[in-house]
Amino acid sequence: MNDMTPVTTTLKDWETDQEVRWCPGCGDYAILKAVQRTLPQLGADPANTVFISGIGCSSRFPYYMESYGFHTIHGRAPAVATGVKLANPDLDVWLVTGDGDGLSIGGNHMMHVLRRNVNMQIMLFNNEIYGLTKGQYSPTSRPGTTSPSTPAGSVEAPASPCAFALGSGARFVARGYDVSKDLPEVLKAAHAHKGAAFIEIFQNCIVYNKDVFDDFTQKKTAPETQIWLTDGEPMLFAKGTKGLALDTGTLTLKVVDVVDGDWQGAGVMTHNAKSKTLAHMLIEMPFGPFPMALGVIYDNPAPVYEDMVHARNAKDAAGKSTDFAALLRKGQTWTVSGTAQDPI
Amino acid sequence: MASQTASTAAPDTPSGQTEAVVVRFAGDSGDGMQLTGGQFTLSTALAGNDLATFPDFPAEIRAPQGTLFGVSAFQINFGSTAIETAGDAPDVLVAMNPAALKVNLAALKPGGLIIADTGEFTARNLDKAKYDHNPLDGDELAKWDVLAFDISALTLEAVKPFGLGNKEALRCKNMWTLGLALWMFDRSREPIHDWLKQKFRKAPDLAEANIAALDAGHAYGETAEISGPLKQYHVAPVESDPGLYRTITGAESISLGLVAGAQLAELPLFFGGYPITPASAILHHLANLKEFGVTTFQAEDEIAAICAAIGASYAGQLGITSSSGPGIALKGEAMGLAVMTELPLVIVNSQRGGPSTGLPTKTEQSDLYQAVYGRNGDAPLPVIAARSPADAFECAIEACRLAVHYMTPVMLLTDGYIANAAEPWKVPDPTGFAHFPAKFLSEKNATDVDGNDTLLPFARDEKGARPWIKPGTPGLMHRIGGIEKAQGTGHIDYSPANHQAMTDARKDKIEGIASDIPDQDVCMGNTSGKLAVVGWGSTFGPIHQAVRRARKKGIDVSHIHVRHIWPLPKNMGELLAGFDNVLIPEMNAGQFKTVLRDQFLIDAQSLTKTSGQPFAIAEIEAAIAAYFDDVDGNEGGQVDVNDTQLPSPEKAQS
Repeated sequence: MNDMTPVTTTLKDWETDQEVRWCPGCGDYAILKAVQRTLPQLGADPANTVFISGIGCSSRFPYYMESYGFHTIHGRAPAVATGVKLANPDLDVWLVTGDGDGLSIGGNHMMHVLRRNVNMQIMLFNNEIYGLTKGQYSPTSRPGTTSPSTPAGSVEAPASPCAFALGSGARFVARGYDVSKDLPEVLKAAHAHKGAAFIEIFQNCIVYNKDVFDDFTQKKTAPETQIWLTDGEPMLFAKGTKGLALDTGTLTLKVVDVVDGDWQGAGVMTHNAKSKTLAHMLIEMPFGPFPMALGVIYDNPAPVYEDMVHARNAKDAAGKSTDFAALLRKGQTWTVSGTAQDPI
Repeated sequence: MASQTASTAAPDTPSGQTEAVVVRFAGDSGDGMQLTGGQFTLSTALAGNDLATFPDFPAEIRAPQGTLFGVSAFQINFGSTAIETAGDAPDVLVAMNPAALKVNLAALKPGGLIIADTGEFTARNLDKAKYDHNPLDGDELAKWDVLAFDISALTLEAVKPFGLGNKEALRCKNMWTLGLALWMFDRSREPIHDWLKQKFRKAPDLAEANIAALDAGHAYGETAEISGPLKQYHVAPVESDPGLYRTITGAESISLGLVAGAQLAELPLFFGGYPITPASAILHHLANLKEFGVTTFQAEDEIAAICAAIGASYAGQLGITSSSGPGIALKGEAMGLAVMTELPLVIVNSQRGGPSTGLPTKTEQSDLYQAVYGRNGDAPLPVIAARSPADAFECAIEACRLAVHYMTPVMLLTDGYIANAAEPWKVPDPTGFAHFPAKFLSEKNATDVDGNDTLLPFARDEKGARPWIKPGTPGLMHRIGGIEKAQGTGHIDYSPANHQAMTDARKDKIEGIASDIPDQDVCMGNTSGKLAVVGWGSTFGPIHQAVRRARKKGIDVSHIHVRHIWPLPKNMGELLAGFDNVLIPEMNAGQFKTVLRDQFLIDAQSLTKTSGQPFAIAEIEAAIAAYFDDVDGNEGGQVDVNDTQLPSPEKAQS
């Protein structure tokens, strides 16, 4: 996020006159609305906001936001955004990417933008498939995914976006999903974080990977299958009847039953968003035996890259002459007058 | 004129007054030959000689000691006439070990002088150099003058008072040798003394030891009790334009030119780079110029380096990136993005031998196709080529000007030779430079059918350039991207007529630059005639000298050297049509030839060289001569150039 004077806008102010070209029923519509709903609440200024994307369905996002936008090339949005932030740290930059764009062709740039801690919000739409190219399996596809390029099912182990982010040194890792009513809260927390804020957003590709997240996004089963994390609050789900506790024997998390709200008695831990160890455990919990960890998993700010660069530049430049003519004359010079030469 | 006149400096001429001399320092890559050469260059420049240098070093940082492929050499050509090349064949070869002798011997001019350190001609080192005998014994070096003495022992003796370890003491050998060279060519030791004191300011002992070695080498020359070939050479100062001079390498001059360009555009400079030989030096230079509004960014890869530069340009700075052939290939897609989004960007390509990793430390001009044609789609961009280290300064400014004026990426071609070579440079007065301030759009630039103000991010000015709009500007929110966009509005638009119109608009914009650059001149000779030798880039020196020599023989040949490779100057076709023949020497398989044939339907002929070494003057001279059978003193133009070419280590080994 950036320090800024709040500007009053409405959701409508963030809509462009461009026809939205995602497939009917695509999860991207819900995410677009969530972002357009969130920005007025943040007091964001469209003139100071820049959406930067790579290539893929998700990366069409900037065309639909009435702000500045740059639809770049496949995988390279983090690098372009880094240049933008170094040139003008005051801009409020949102990066939009997908599982293919951000973790496959652009995995390298994703690692480095997180490691450097460039101040921006990174929304990775994870639909576990290549949608724009008509349905090939992606680096986050589950083993056995059948697709045009894997007619008998894929065999690769999937990448975990949040684990990748954490391993790359991200200081903010959160999760949400397209139709979640809580997505704006996650976006707000990301915006409040100074530094690179990584948000994995599960997104339903209605054409090529339909309902692949139904196991935890169905309204009916959501309480049992989702755990929403809040820093300092007990890690409870299933309407408070279950919680996460530490199994000290195996150093892993375990699900415990909570009777009559006595979570302390059940050994349920409170969430500590500054604990990287806990973040790893929450991200790596196998879904099924465990619920899906959602919300702000890790939030532990560190110095921001572009601030450090500019401070270093200022320090380097301090007290040095800015006389360009003098720079050209630097080093050992000699004067030629006619043909006589006097080394000086 | 180097090797022609240098023959008057036959070593048996006592204290001969000579016009130009070529000296090659060769040793192990750990012997400090580049350092020795660099300091000799400095003292030569201070003595008022014109000069050109050619550092030739292995790709390995520390190749195994004493081996043939570990030989590092530094050649300097200096004299009292204008010097444009590092010289063909050395007059003097300083060989610090058997491998250095073996690799460089073929290049040495007959009658030239060999200075060899006998202390290194041990059985072990001879073996490593694949000698089965000591070449210093016997008469195999008879066609040269040989001065062989134990430089190692003399150095150890000179630095004895400083109590250095044997290894450290031997490191002073290069300074001893430099001292001898300074004496031979009547150079002042003072600048080297000052430099050593500065370099070793934290270790005064080492400074003193090196100075002692330098002085001992100098004294050896002065008092040598040998009456052999060791004689002093006087090379008179060159007549130059009056003014202030310094030596400059291509990497320095490009860096300074880019800073000048950004200042003239009144923009902060953003440089995105990734380490690669031989382009890294530009990143290093710029990293030390923060006080001029420079931000440098060492990216995670070549693609990120150019993308960050594009991001910076989008945000309103002058984005610049730099690399060498393989890295430029990686940047290709991003260049297309800059073409498509019409953002200013400068891409510096310090070419090296290719393809693939190729010859990282050797020079070539083989990225011309890549520069002019190397992107997907119809993606024209201006290409400028620097001819010399000093010329690179002006070229860098010109690249910035075109980028900002035309909202386009611009490629600046240089090469490994220009990047590393040094030459005297008349320091320009920047107050005389024309500014080309960047303009940013601050309000809507059009009116719609209802009379409302509206924004057209892809409206074009009279030059065909679109407005530069910085994010953060109130009221001008818009979207850009790599997808084809509608004329004017910039909205996504795949329609056939629109793509045709936008392709044409991008092409017309770049081609229009031909009217904004100087007409092509003829830098030597007549503007029409039997033969034009057309060059670009770092072949300037050998072509110019070859044409000069040919003209002295009475041959009517002209030299045309092209800076603006794309678009070509608008008089280019007419100029070339005035010549019966067009010969294009280039360090590739004939790339510029293809461009000229395509553009002007002329029967341009190639003289190609891809050995990793610059052209020898004699090679070009021979090619010129082949066009003229009727010239007195010309024996049909057949010159065996191999004897005077700079050798490659591979050749010497075979």
